[in-house]
Amino acid sequence: MGENILEMRDITKVFPGVKALSNVNFKVKKGEIHCLVGENGAGKSTLMKVLSGVHPHGSYTGDIVYEGEVQKFKGIADSEAKGIAIIYQELALIPELTVYENIYFGHEIKRGRTIDWNETIVKASEMLKKVKLDVDPSMKVKELGVGKQQLIEIAKALSKNVKLLILDEPTASLNEDDSQNLLDLIKELKNQGVTCIMISHKLKEIIAIADTITVLRDGATICSLDVTERKIEEHEIIKHMVGREIDNIYPKREKKEFGEICFEAKNWSVYDQVKGREILHDVSLNVRKGEIIGIQGLMGAGRTEFALSVFGNTPGYKITNGEIELNGKTVHFKNPSEAIHAGIAYVSEDRKGNGLVLLQDIKYNISLANIKSLKNGLAINENEEIKIANEYKQSINIKAPSIEQKVGNLSGGNQQKVQIAKWLFAKPQVLILDEPTRGIDVGAKYEIYTIMNELVEQGMSIIMISSELPEVLGMSDRLYVMSEGKIMGELSAEEATEQKVMAMAVQS
Amino acid sequence: MGENKNDSAKVGLGAEVVSLLKSNVREYMMYIALVVIMIFFTIKTGGAFIQARNISNLINQAGYVAVLAIGMTIILILKHIDLSVGYVAGFSGAIAAILLTKYGLNVWLTIFIVLVIGLLIGFYQGTLVTRVGVPAFVTTLAGMFIFRGLLALTLQETGTIIISDKTFNALSNGFIPDLPIGNGSIHILTMLIGVVAVVLVVMGQIKSRKNKMKYDFKVTSTPVFVTELIFISVVVMVIITVLAKYQGIPWTAVIVGVVLLGYNFMLNKTCLGRYIYGIGGNDQAAELSGVDVKKVTLFAFCSMSVLAALAGILYTSRLQSATPAAGNAFEMDAIASSYIGGVAVSGGIGKVTNTIIGALVIMSLTNGMNLMGVDISYQYIVKGIIFIVAVAFDIRTRKKAK
Repeated sequence: MGENILEMRDITKVFPGVKALSNVNFKVKKGEIHCLVGENGAGKSTLMKVLSGVHPHGSYTGDIVYEGEVQKFKGIADSEAKGIAIIYQELALIPELTVYENIYFGHEIKRGRTIDWNETIVKASEMLKKVKLDVDPSMKVKELGVGKQQLIEIAKALSKNVKLLILDEPTASLNEDDSQNLLDLIKELKNQGVTCIMISHKLKEIIAIADTITVLRDGATICSLDVTERKIEEHEIIKHMVGREIDNIYPKREKKEFGEICFEAKNWSVYDQVKGREILHDVSLNVRKGEIIGIQGLMGAGRTEFALSVFGNTPGYKITNGEIELNGKTVHFKNPSEAIHAGIAYVSEDRKGNGLVLLQDIKYNISLANIKSLKNGLAINENEEIKIANEYKQSINIKAPSIEQKVGNLSGGNQQKVQIAKWLFAKPQVLILDEPTRGIDVGAKYEIYTIMNELVEQGMSIIMISSELPEVLGMSDRLYVMSEGKIMGELSAEEATEQKVMAMAVQS
Repeated sequence: MGENKNDSAKVGLGAEVVSLLKSNVREYMMYIALVVIMIFFTIKTGGAFIQARNISNLINQAGYVAVLAIGMTIILILKHIDLSVGYVAGFSGAIAAILLTKYGLNVWLTIFIVLVIGLLIGFYQGTLVTRVGVPAFVTTLAGMFIFRGLLALTLQETGTIIISDKTFNALSNGFIPDLPIGNGSIHILTMLIGVVAVVLVVMGQIKSRKNKMKYDFKVTSTPVFVTELIFISVVVMVIITVLAKYQGIPWTAVIVGVVLLGYNFMLNKTCLGRYIYGIGGNDQAAELSGVDVKKVTLFAFCSMSVLAALAGILYTSRLQSATPAAGNAFEMDAIASSYIGGVAVSGGIGKVTNTIIGALVIMSLTNGMNLMGVDISYQYIVKGIIFIVAVAFDIRTRKKAK
């Protein structure tokens, strides 16, 4: 080590109206794992896009020095040719193609003018071995889980003789097991001489894996911390990220008063006709007024499926047993519209995919789920709509120039706030939050936790589904652990520890 | 209005105009294209194109395409397509002709029955798309076969049916009556409608601007706003005066106007309109927000086929006869009009008011090239090129906006 494989000098990148990067300096030593952290909008992704040539030479100022030479990448193909590979958060695999086709997609192994498939399969198997993935290379990618798909992306990068591997939030959608797996692999690659830049929000894993941590804030380099020299604490990184100390990641609630049981599922069993198996089995849980319950479990434990089956959005789901009670009355929702009407709101885990209409503005999205309440005769009362949207913008601090801003142009944290505002406007009694803080920065997380606390203090019931164990432990009054479609146990906030929860989550 | 409180107004008029041009380049291009096309044909035809008689003609010809394009806009926003509209229109026209001539039904009853048939066709296609899950492209391609066949079958015995009913034929050939005052040199009622329309538009704009200012939204500065109003008023009054000097406003314009206002209101002011944009933008998000996606989609197909039936009536009335060739390639003009009018190819974005401009572009091309005596094969090529240039330009500007 010692010598720099990459040095980005005084990089400045200006978008119309916004200075995304200003004089950023970023040095990566050969053979290290270098973590890049910062709040959303701090410029991490932009910096990586400059490096990989997505923002071509000429569209920024400053120099990229890679392997001792100033590089002028015109596109991804140029940077790839030099051994730089980038793996995005949204995986870029083709689901309908096989593993080996995907690995060599774009740089096919040819004999003469045609593709040599036999050689491809042999080479692909080698790559799979390198990433320690034991799957049949002729399987279709869509048949694999997200964790394995992530590994295939890495295999694909390796097949291009990568020297510098960039991972953009690789563990964001992985469960604990798969995350650990991936981190181990990154360490293994390091031993094989691959330099790695990793963007992540998960400070714990950063501390565990990084050799150097660089913090970006508002488009500028704040500091580079050498983890090999001394131990870095989480709060120190957070301080640099937000520019202030956050004493407690999870805000304390002033008063805790629980009312009667508001929502209860009894022996809820669901059969998925598409998958051809039972995905939920005898799920029983309840939440009282003014209470936050957490549903914890590994990916695929059936948490989102539970929420969706209750919410009535169940194409192909058949409820085979059990019932839902709302305030003591048995209810059954044929579609989301009925559930919303009865007072249930579901904040989706996938805000871009099925939570928000990105083409439309903030006020449109906030009013969508309850637009009927704004009807004045045939037409919508637009003044009232504007008033309400402005109130929410202010009360939950959506950062945007105006409520006429397109949601697609907001940062992840602000998009999430719009989603929450939308469901608050639907005036629910029970709010189901599915991965409410996925992919958003520390500051925005804190704000969302604060909003949750305010809501339960006003008497709402919240069901929080989250893969981040510390978050579930920090926020819930009670939590249920799920595994393979079953409730494995119930723990109060006092008795729950990471060990106990994980022990339950891995049972079956 | 008073002085503008917005600080942004102090940026300077020049800068504001430039930024307006930049952010609305897509819409302005459409108007510029229309004006350029009109000027081009005026020169090439020695002024014949811009004469009152031809403008009247153009409106009557554009009527059925405009009506189809309005319905198509909704379908395209929802990321579907309807290829069957041409032959649905042709078939509807044939039914109208038979009901009028063979059965001697009353005009209004005939129109009503034809529109109901349109509704049923829409219900059939919409059900296939929403309940059975057949893609719209396939459903309506099959519809193209079926209704082409039905059109031929309907007119098999008689061949082309000539319609003599005056009321029916007036729909696409007649003009609104004049008030019994004046000397007949100018159409008084038309002028009156023009003035009222201008007053309503100006008042509406001022009201909506005031409202926006109340909420501190960005508005254009006073000089720009006034210029806009004057421009709109002048354009409307010029067209109205041209029409008034001839025979007044054609009935077709009235019908298209009513359909346009209705659909514009529906899209911008009602829950249904919200749902349509929501489904087009992100159907899963709409579904999870409690929108009945299937019902809204079914409505769109029903509305499309009813409008196709109406287009059939207008076209038949225009020709004063139903022919087996009616409906051929109507869907091409309708889809092209919508896209030229700025409907996003990826769905979720589009305005019926702009679609009308798109229809005018397409029909001006047809009309102008007909006047010039351009061969039909070249006409298709020219229209196709303008269509693809418009869409390519649209996609480029949208990408840049991101």
